[in-house]
Amino acid sequence: MLEEQFKLKVGLAEMLKGGVIMDVTNADQAKIAEEAGAVAVMALERIPADIRADGGVARMSNPKMIKDIQKAVTIPVMAKCRIGHFAEAQVLQTLGIDFIDESEVLTPADEDNHIWKHDFKIPFVCGCRNLGEALRRISEGAAMIRTKGEAGSGNIVEAVRHMRRVQSEIKHVATLDKHERVAFAKNIGASLELVQYVGEHGKLPVPNFAAGGVATPADASLMMQLGAETVFVGSGIFKSSDPEARAKAIVTATTHYDDPDVVCKASESLGEAMPGIEISSIPENEMLQNRGW
Amino acid sequence: MARIGVLALQGDFEKHSLMIEQLGHQAVAVKKKEHLSGCDRLIMPGGESTAILKLIDRLGMRDTLEEFIAGHPVLGTCAGLIMLAREADRLPAPPFAAIDIRVQRNAYGRQIDSFIDRIDVDFEGRKKQMEAVFIRAPKIVALGPEVRVMARHKQDVVLARQKHIMVATFHPELTADGALHDFFINKL
Repeated sequence: MLEEQFKLKVGLAEMLKGGVIMDVTNADQAKIAEEAGAVAVMALERIPADIRADGGVARMSNPKMIKDIQKAVTIPVMAKCRIGHFAEAQVLQTLGIDFIDESEVLTPADEDNHIWKHDFKIPFVCGCRNLGEALRRISEGAAMIRTKGEAGSGNIVEAVRHMRRVQSEIKHVATLDKHERVAFAKNIGASLELVQYVGEHGKLPVPNFAAGGVATPADASLMMQLGAETVFVGSGIFKSSDPEARAKAIVTATTHYDDPDVVCKASESLGEAMPGIEISSIPENEMLQNRGW
Repeated sequence: MARIGVLALQGDFEKHSLMIEQLGHQAVAVKKKEHLSGCDRLIMPGGESTAILKLIDRLGMRDTLEEFIAGHPVLGTCAGLIMLAREADRLPAPPFAAIDIRVQRNAYGRQIDSFIDRIDVDFEGRKKQMEAVFIRAPKIVALGPEVRVMARHKQDVVLARQKHIMVATFHPELTADGALHDFFINKL
């Protein structure tokens, strides 16, 4: 039964591949996202750039707002809960959310423990910065992994760092023999069984998406070429000067990520991208990616 | 060896390609209309039907696809079924109307209502039980006289065929069983 349930969870993640998942804060934005060709929307009260600017505690969104978004679109609706806040996750499951993001963008509720995601019928996506973190989340039941990047920064550098790191560690595991993988699993703090799987298959056992800093069609293309299977765009769309055009352009560039002509055309006449933040100007204690382990 | 196009704008097209290759045939990812030339057959995969239809129109692929579908065997699973139907609810653009069925999208509910079950499939008289994975699945709510039922789940028709068009509300590509793909490639 558990195995069947996990198959269904990963199955939905499979359906989202090659697409763009967009952060939205109300029904109108959700419609714009769907119209642009988003494969899913992430319902949240404030986009990461605003959470960063406003400060304070960021929590799960108001269920009323989530319901309005569910009514407005036919594509899957995702929502975020705080790291370790399994009661928020229970509420989201009750709402019939299609995917839960246990997200570092919200203020963590538990600094030691993530949610035991196998307990839920709804699939979870979790962020990671490296292979060890990805495999720990999968052990807990995550059906999809995404890079953390640095949400709300409009700067792709951290997403690239995390994707490169995960991919190079996957390649490394594949070069190790079975004996060596035991020590490797110990060193990265991951389950041996999952490390053996990655070594044998050369990939994660669940889909691997990109998030955290995507602001342009070329950013989306870059992440796809680095091995992402789908792209999350948070602040990048609704913090830009022309969200509709940018949303469409990022969708087109994601489908044709390997065709620079299409990415080039998609990048024309888009207006201003979101301003973006130089990562070194963000104080260490305000880096969202350091939340969770 | 057959050359089978898999519409690869979005969705689980890679799972279909893997299945095709495991059966010893060549899979071609169709992202542009020119990729269809030289293909014998086409699979329209699972994914988000709204997003895929949007992309088909934005990338100017509709006419070429329409022409191909009229003259070649086509298999549609889940979102692919929706796009091949005569009619479906809440779509951003008209479907291809290649098979005389009316479809209700997400008819079982949301992801929490997704499920796996066994179904009995009728491959032209040869019966076979298959595992069927239903993910935010659609339902065929009406079907024309030309449409042949190949499998049901409880009362609902989940696999059907009209001449060279075959559609499934579930995802054979997410299982290890290649029987349905094999039938599509060799018998349609």
